[in-house]
Amino acid sequence: MGGLLFQAFIYLCAAVIAVPIAKRLGLGSVLGYLLAGIFIGPVIGLVGSETQTIQHFAEFGVVMMLFLVGLELQPGMLWEMRNRLIGLGGLQVALTTALITAAALMMGLYWSVALTIGLIFSLSSTAIVLQTLNEKGLSKTEGGRAGFSVLLFQDIAVIPMLALIPLLALPELVGGGGDSLVTAAESHGDAGHHHKMSLVDGLPGWAHALVVLGAIASVLLGGHFLSRPMFRFIAESRLREIFTASALMLVIGIALLMTLVDLSPALGTFLAGVVLANSEFRHELESDIEPFKGLLLGLFFITVGAGIDFNILFNDAFTILSLTVGVIVIKGLVLYGLARAFRLTTTDGWLVTLGLAQAGEFGFVLLSFSLQNQVLPAELASTLSLVVALSMLLTPVLFILYDKLILNRQPESDERQADNIDETGSVIIAGNGRFGQIVNRLLVASGIQTTVLDHQADIINMLSKVGVKSYYGDASRPELLHAAGIESAKAVVIAIDDRSRTLEMVEHIRRHYPEVKILARAFDVNHLYLLNKAGVDIAVRELFDSSLELGKATLKAVGVHPFKVEKMSTAFRKHDESGMNTLYELWDENTEMASNKAYLARARELGETLKEMMETDRMQLHDRSERGWTPPPKHYTKDMGE
Amino acid sequence: MSDPEKDEKRSMTQKAVKRILILLAHPSLERSEVNRPLAEAAAAIEGITLIDLYAEYPDFQIDIDREQQRLLEHDVIIFQHPLYWYSTPAILKEWQDLVLEHDFAYGSKGTALHGKLFLNALSAGGAEAAYRAEGYNHFTIRELLQPMEQMASLCGMRYLPPFALFGARTAVDEGRIGHHIDAWIALLEALRDQKLDIETAQKLAGLNSDLNRLIKEA
Repeated sequence: MGGLLFQAFIYLCAAVIAVPIAKRLGLGSVLGYLLAGIFIGPVIGLVGSETQTIQHFAEFGVVMMLFLVGLELQPGMLWEMRNRLIGLGGLQVALTTALITAAALMMGLYWSVALTIGLIFSLSSTAIVLQTLNEKGLSKTEGGRAGFSVLLFQDIAVIPMLALIPLLALPELVGGGGDSLVTAAESHGDAGHHHKMSLVDGLPGWAHALVVLGAIASVLLGGHFLSRPMFRFIAESRLREIFTASALMLVIGIALLMTLVDLSPALGTFLAGVVLANSEFRHELESDIEPFKGLLLGLFFITVGAGIDFNILFNDAFTILSLTVGVIVIKGLVLYGLARAFRLTTTDGWLVTLGLAQAGEFGFVLLSFSLQNQVLPAELASTLSLVVALSMLLTPVLFILYDKLILNRQPESDERQADNIDETGSVIIAGNGRFGQIVNRLLVASGIQTTVLDHQADIINMLSKVGVKSYYGDASRPELLHAAGIESAKAVVIAIDDRSRTLEMVEHIRRHYPEVKILARAFDVNHLYLLNKAGVDIAVRELFDSSLELGKATLKAVGVHPFKVEKMSTAFRKHDESGMNTLYELWDENTEMASNKAYLARARELGETLKEMMETDRMQLHDRSERGWTPPPKHYTKDMGE
Repeated sequence: MSDPEKDEKRSMTQKAVKRILILLAHPSLERSEVNRPLAEAAAAIEGITLIDLYAEYPDFQIDIDREQQRLLEHDVIIFQHPLYWYSTPAILKEWQDLVLEHDFAYGSKGTALHGKLFLNALSAGGAEAAYRAEGYNHFTIRELLQPMEQMASLCGMRYLPPFALFGARTAVDEGRIGHHIDAWIALLEALRDQKLDIETAQKLAGLNSDLNRLIKEA
């Protein structure tokens, strides 16, 4: 226990110190984690051999990341990506593998070794790249999307690679070590178990295929049909932590199922994410999984840093550095060529080129897998592992290069601006009951993109039946607002049926997002004043307008001329608003309204002036309340000029 | 409810009867001394549709389709209003801007109003003497209303000179209102029954002074 706490403390401490500093210096969080790892590992030696185990565990962060990526990606969007996914991604993997294999052959390596190396280096780091793209706000650009297609294809391509590599085993290595007992699934996250769990072991080919198809179908169908009733049921219990638990259970369960049938857990959770992308629980799931993903990925990067063996590096610095540069150059050339062939702009092309030129975390997976299958000699494997790590370490530097050289040189193109449009003008509406619904309908009808949140699963269910899309979640939770995209929202409408929560939300949002416009539903005057004080931009008393409307209808019903009613109600509204403003000065948060004497006196006074105003209107023709048309005095024409 | 004798009479004279639409614009009808009694008198006449525009559209959101349909259903269009700054109250301008659409009221396909009669029935604050070249308003009412006359012309309507009450603020006190209402009723009935000498009327500066001469006895 003490050891575990110590380690946890060391890792967290390193992260807490290094990451904010790296961010402040504009290096990005990934480089911060890597440097933290280097510091606690090779430099001061606080952590050592256990990093391998932790790394396997931390790889689960990648699985969670792909689940989140899937959540952002509706099935329709995935289908739209198909050309890039297969064309760009497929060509990148094929060409890079071919070129690196050729280079390795030229260095005199055996063909199967060369091919394995080619496969390992064809992969890029999904973890680093997606994290960095998100951090820099580049994920919605054309370049970001193209990069994502390539990464997605690579993640899928890992599966056939894992199947291919055992066939490349070197005859002289086979039977060499007891390592051969350790098999694929174990290297992939459950290294602790010594009995491989599998549903497909020893099955004939057709049965294997059937089981695999069945597993994928169960993820897709289960995700589509079962998850919603399940989440709805859990949501109705109103237990936050149980919802989090069920989200984690879902992700882990799918990862496990995929592992059991020898498929990539990342692929499985990605698919589950895509299936759930259209569901009302999307934002809640995002906000629940996000912290786990962030921590695990951070941990993963730290272990990459900590795992760098500086002895090998210093012994043969030239070879390793030139190999690393060579890999980055070859990958970069392929990516740049493909980016041009797929008609990306220069800026986007450079983003893909510099962003994806590193080797990735799946490279480590393939390396240890190859080692276990006697495909690579151990010495070579540790050199290659260093190259993978170094190239990952250099990625943030390449991104900085992109920022400084490419972005600064290129004027903002029109294309980039167009990319961001889906982010602007969006409005978050918290609460979709009788109040929020009307706000939402008006905005949607006016072509404004809205994200609607509600914490009552039955309301969301009912609304989805009439074609209104909303998301489950307690909108007063900051993480959910974050998942709903408050950073890029223009305005937040708080229409929830809870006084104190409304107030808390206004305070929270005002503190953390000073730019966003906050519009809120106030219950009464006192609440309105509290909201004003909390920094709301506009608050509207929920019953004022409807009461006024009914009053107007009543006046008309008893025979007052409709145009007169219009003018009187406008005057009434103005008087009321100005009265509210003067009363606000006398209002005191800590004094009950009923015992605030100055306030009450002023309120009575205002009541009098209103009555007076209406009285005068009846007596005189020129009056204050109605600055509409009034006839001129009887004999006005007598004074008119000749 | 139905009176068979009356129904029969109506059906016999149906061809000769013109349908009249009065568009009344007064922003403060509850204080009106001239236009309200005129409107009440008009509303009591059979075959006349009276629309209080400010009552119907207190927020100025004029229903264009409904207004166009009303135009199609009538043969005589009357703007009844006090004269404000030598023109109509604001809602009648809004009504013109919205309802008299291209291809409805004007333009190559805009023939919906062709042949209809148009006139203004208005009350003016100044005395008649003020509305002439040497008066302080310098122009006659008909001259001041030339935009309306041209509107009628562009829409293919036949324009009649205005039916006006001058010195309107003191008309009640001076006992002039009763005679004006009688003339108004006579004018409306003559228009309805096609007894007004349109050709002669079109040449005049106003309808009031020669009204009796203009109404032909059947």
